[in-house]
Amino acid sequence: MIAMAFLLNSFLVFGQGAITPNWVMYSILGVLIVSGLSALVGLTGKLIEMEGQKHGIQLQHEGWFTKLLNQFTGETKSSNHHKLSRGFDILLNGGISDYTIVARPVSRVALKPQNFVGISPIPKVVVEVGQNVKAGDEIYHDKKHPEIKYTSPVSGEILEVRRGEKRAISEIVILADKDQVYRKFSVPSADADRAALVNFLCETGAWTWINERPFDIVPHVETTPKNIFISTFDSAPLAPDNNLVVAGQEADFQGGLNVLARLTSGKVYLGLDGSKKTQLSPAFTAASNVEIHYFSGKHPAGNVGVQIHHIAPITGSDKVWTMNVQDVIALGKLFRTGEVNRRRVVAITGNEVKKAQYVSTYCGASIAELTQDNVQSGNIRFVSGDVLSGKQVAADGFMNEGDDQLTVVTEGDFYELFGWLLPISPRPSVSGTYPNRFFPNMKFDANTNTHGDKRAFVVTGQYEEVLPMDIYPQQLFKAILSQDVEQMEGLGINELSEEDVALCEFVCTSKQPLQQLLREGLDYMRTEA
Amino acid sequence: MGLLQFLKRIEPDKKKNPLLHTAYDAFFTFAYTPNRVNKGGVHIRDGMDLKRLMVHVVLAMQLCYLFGTYNIGHQHFVAAGQYLGFLDGFHLKLAHGLIKMLPMFVVTHVVGLGIEFLFAAKKGHEVEEGFLVTGALIPLIMPPDLPLWILAIAVAFAVVFGKEAFGGTGMNIWNIALLTRVFVFFAYPGEISGDSCWVSGYDSLAAGSTAEYGWWHTGFFNSIFGAFGWPQFAAAKTMVVDGFSGATPLALAYQGGMEAIQQHYTMDQIFWGGIPGSIGETNKPFIILGALFLIFTRVASWRIMAGMVLGVGVTGMLFNAWGFNAFMMVPWYYHYVLGSFLFAMAFMATDPVTASGTNKGKWIYGFFIGVVGLVVRVLNPAYPEGWMLAILFMNSFAPLIDYFIVQSNIKKRTSRV
Repeated sequence: MIAMAFLLNSFLVFGQGAITPNWVMYSILGVLIVSGLSALVGLTGKLIEMEGQKHGIQLQHEGWFTKLLNQFTGETKSSNHHKLSRGFDILLNGGISDYTIVARPVSRVALKPQNFVGISPIPKVVVEVGQNVKAGDEIYHDKKHPEIKYTSPVSGEILEVRRGEKRAISEIVILADKDQVYRKFSVPSADADRAALVNFLCETGAWTWINERPFDIVPHVETTPKNIFISTFDSAPLAPDNNLVVAGQEADFQGGLNVLARLTSGKVYLGLDGSKKTQLSPAFTAASNVEIHYFSGKHPAGNVGVQIHHIAPITGSDKVWTMNVQDVIALGKLFRTGEVNRRRVVAITGNEVKKAQYVSTYCGASIAELTQDNVQSGNIRFVSGDVLSGKQVAADGFMNEGDDQLTVVTEGDFYELFGWLLPISPRPSVSGTYPNRFFPNMKFDANTNTHGDKRAFVVTGQYEEVLPMDIYPQQLFKAILSQDVEQMEGLGINELSEEDVALCEFVCTSKQPLQQLLREGLDYMRTEA
Repeated sequence: MGLLQFLKRIEPDKKKNPLLHTAYDAFFTFAYTPNRVNKGGVHIRDGMDLKRLMVHVVLAMQLCYLFGTYNIGHQHFVAAGQYLGFLDGFHLKLAHGLIKMLPMFVVTHVVGLGIEFLFAAKKGHEVEEGFLVTGALIPLIMPPDLPLWILAIAVAFAVVFGKEAFGGTGMNIWNIALLTRVFVFFAYPGEISGDSCWVSGYDSLAAGSTAEYGWWHTGFFNSIFGAFGWPQFAAAKTMVVDGFSGATPLALAYQGGMEAIQQHYTMDQIFWGGIPGSIGETNKPFIILGALFLIFTRVASWRIMAGMVLGVGVTGMLFNAWGFNAFMMVPWYYHYVLGSFLFAMAFMATDPVTASGTNKGKWIYGFFIGVVGLVVRVLNPAYPEGWMLAILFMNSFAPLIDYFIVQSNIKKRTSRV
């Protein structure tokens, strides 16, 4: 205050003197006035807070500067509503307009051991071809962790064990029965200890539905997670609406949440869509035993990794678990009935699908049966998952473990005359170089062309623009390339998984394979740990 | 698809003739985007690639090219006291501009792209697009009368030592176009500084010296103009008038501040161009249009530009407050339109490779270019303009800015328990 008075004084002297006051003086004075006032406001706030604490009232206090800074960096944080400004929504043709679920029980399903990160290439298969299994019977286990069983999603006959390179087991195909038979497990009581609970999950195969971060692996049985996170919405292109999926299964969803709450020493966090665009299911809004957080913003706001970052980031050697909504429901069902029921709603989407729709089927369903008479002929690609982070599957292949979306897009293996120069056909882009910069709601037919060749990193800051996390992706990727473990960890590799950087890969002008790169980095970290 | 089949048929063998194949590949990918599809990661990708990015920067400076070319001719005749109106003698000014500009453009590209092709073939890489922008920028930042052999040496130096030595596009530390200019600046200072270099076509700007015309003037264009009955180039009649100096506004400002500038040029002239200077930098509205185009298409970083505007503003105000000499008293907002500030801001500082790599860092990077550039401009008598040196200086510091930002991020993460 004294300094202010002094400056004000000298300012007035200047005013009368030879030197006329100019913008510098005005701005210095302005800054001083504003900061002086803010100090006053801050002090008052602090005093009120202290007074409140005396009376046992918790007051959330945030200085205006922090708020301004948050506005500037694009993240506003209220207690449980997170507004994310960075990101990008890719609008594609082939979305679902018909909100009904069509039953499509396929005859063939497959288990794919390679869907699980870190599993040995040749796991121990405990069944033989021709053998009949019930839903919930063990099919295989990892030789390093025999206690964790991978069980059958359906009852039926083992049809074949397909092998890929170096005799690694790629698929175990099961011919599903028309009338499903379930193996009966005895459910542990509500007050059973953790060991009994974990043992039950391992026996039924439900343990493998859990995803552990960092690294996206099936957790070790000794692990107790710091927290468990569930994202109830998917912001990826053409993603299914979980509000529809959970309808009629609200009780099982809550049951699953209750089980998860018993597994962690911390909390179960539920991430909800805060954009208010859709009517949220009461299963989510009224969920108990959890802490609810709302997220609004563009993709990847629905990614659980982004939500973890904003709720309670992974630090040090923390391990957290995540699970997708349909597996939570299956978990609830398992504890209610003692049966492993892995029916699953899958959204069949994409511009090469004749009628995009929701179908109810099994986990690992056959692609050919799922899409029978429903895809265009021609050169097309099947993607288990969304177009950003899903995996390509063959037309005669099977859905990947846990995926609830099948996207069928045009294969882009054609040449385009001056394709880099002229916007011949509209295409999604974060840049403003296409005419569709003027039509933000335009939807596109996707094709898989790379639209250019791979180059060294040239453009900077473009990954940052689409990753709503306090992470410098480009610097992280460079650290991965130079295998600098300390730098990787410091820059937050443990907070990321492929789906989180998928959008960065989409926007990359240099067409770098970022998801692959991140996985290499994560694998390297895992072997070093 | 006849062209595609034809191109596919004539593809040379990569092993037998790597240089030819590299050239073929560069041409082919220029004509057609390849049929490559995404494998293993995302399935769809943004339509933006490096070629498209670069071509948009080149598009953004087309107006500068048009104006710059014409202005070469305009300055030539103004020095002789002929066709003083900007549009008077349009065909002569355009012809003279083209005669000066085209060889520079061609030499820049033949030398620069030639080296790119050679290195790409040697390394077995595809030809990278970096030189598209560099090559388009170099003629714009040169004085119009620069001897072509100096240009060729400078381009070769910048591309070999500035870029290929570091590993090609995306790896260089310093802006290649500015490296070319700085090479000329220090190796041949007489050609790029002082008052006489901004007007072309005369041996010296002493009063009475006549224009030097070659075959293109007297043979080629004069025969065309003669056929139409238009005025022709006449060396004997075109001589420098008394009292013409060719000094740029900044040179004048150093001598006598705002007053000296206003004796020679009006603010309108400085804003709309038509004054001596480097080829591309004189017309401010066209540069602003280019900058807006780059911001709108999200090709260039608005953060760097905003940082620079801020840096110049703050430094300018400080100089005004200090007010030590006449140049310091030039009102701070005039610094935005004087000299080549806008051109440096729109096209030079925004080069993503040599700028700071983090979005926060770009603010700092831009701000300090503004500060350093203005300090050089106002305080250093040897260098009338500061952006080239300021940008190269901050290019060297960009990794350091990024280092501190990244370290603070790491610190924040590791201290979070």
